[in-house]
Amino acid sequence: MISLTSPVETRAHRWPAGAKLAALCGATVVLFSQESLGFHLAVFLGCLAVYRLPGRRFFAAGMRGLRVLWPFVALVLVWHLVIGAMVEGAVVVLRLLSAVALANLVTMTTKLSAMIEVVRWLAAPLRRLGVNTRALEIGIALVVRFTPTLADKGAQLTQSWAARSPRKPSWKIVMPFTVLAIDDAEHLAEALKARGGLNQ
Amino acid sequence: MERNLALIALFAALIAALGLIPKFTLAFGVPITAQSLGIMLCGTVLGSRRGAMAVLLFLLLLALGLPLLAGGRGGLGLFVSPSAGFLFGWPVAAFVTGFIVEKWRGGSLAMVAGIASIIGGILVLYVFGVAGLAIILKKSAYEAALLVAAFIPGDIIKAVLAGMITAALARARPQSVLSRA
Repeated sequence: MISLTSPVETRAHRWPAGAKLAALCGATVVLFSQESLGFHLAVFLGCLAVYRLPGRRFFAAGMRGLRVLWPFVALVLVWHLVIGAMVEGAVVVLRLLSAVALANLVTMTTKLSAMIEVVRWLAAPLRRLGVNTRALEIGIALVVRFTPTLADKGAQLTQSWAARSPRKPSWKIVMPFTVLAIDDAEHLAEALKARGGLNQ
Repeated sequence: MERNLALIALFAALIAALGLIPKFTLAFGVPITAQSLGIMLCGTVLGSRRGAMAVLLFLLLLALGLPLLAGGRGGLGLFVSPSAGFLFGWPVAAFVTGFIVEKWRGGSLAMVAGIASIIGGILVLYVFGVAGLAIILKKSAYEAALLVAAFIPGDIIKAVLAGMITAALARARPQSVLSRA
């Protein structure tokens, strides 16, 4: 499965994932503690500049990631226009855009393997306490492996529906779809057990 | 142990896959994002703890940067966006839904699972969702609730469907409906 990591290799791709995540946490806390319009305007312009650094393709992909926010941006701006508090509205909108832009930036510059490494590192104290964290690691791998498989089966279900009915597929396909997932899970559990299970 | 893990992982994948299959529409032309139906099913089928864990696993993979949310969305940005409250509410919603199905043994499973989905998947979920909207957009809880009220009728239909699907699953694969096992 393709993750949202940008194929455009940036310098930040080589920075340690843990540091990027920690910096992101810090930046988000600061963003939500500040209220001045000048500050938020500067941060947002700074974000745009950073997105532009690796080139046009990276910038376009980054802007696509922010597109889902437009309904909220429009809503807040209209709302604040009506109640006559435009400055406050602009702060809310800019903060929202910067917070999501920064978070997406970490996602776009960090490989899935590096992210999983951070999860492993975070889980290390649990391991020392004797908790079996192998289940978590296998669980992540299983979801990555089975999402496309299940999506394929779902597509087959909608096709077989379309072959038999002039109407559009309805919610009724969710039931056989879930049965397929349950059957896969039971087979998978047997296979895991047969290979020695989780306690290795 | 292996069986629990397999079911948790497969239901996390099911939530993701429900966002990838072509959208289907309900009787009145209401488009339905099947993913929130998936959250309800996690609770009604897997029960409280395993259901919540399946949702947490799904959220972890979203945070790691996989585009598993409907429309190919994913990544850390989701968790600071206005709808982040709904994401944080999902595991709690699945837990509460599953808890009710586990404890309420009387009555038909379809009805119990449907009511559990309304309480967990709508009531509890919207408390988180509205709080998230109110915090990020700086609105009062009442104003934020107005923004999402339009989605509640569709969610009630989904809760009813979750009840019917759960009852059908209990007939097709009785051992796998762990909330009643």
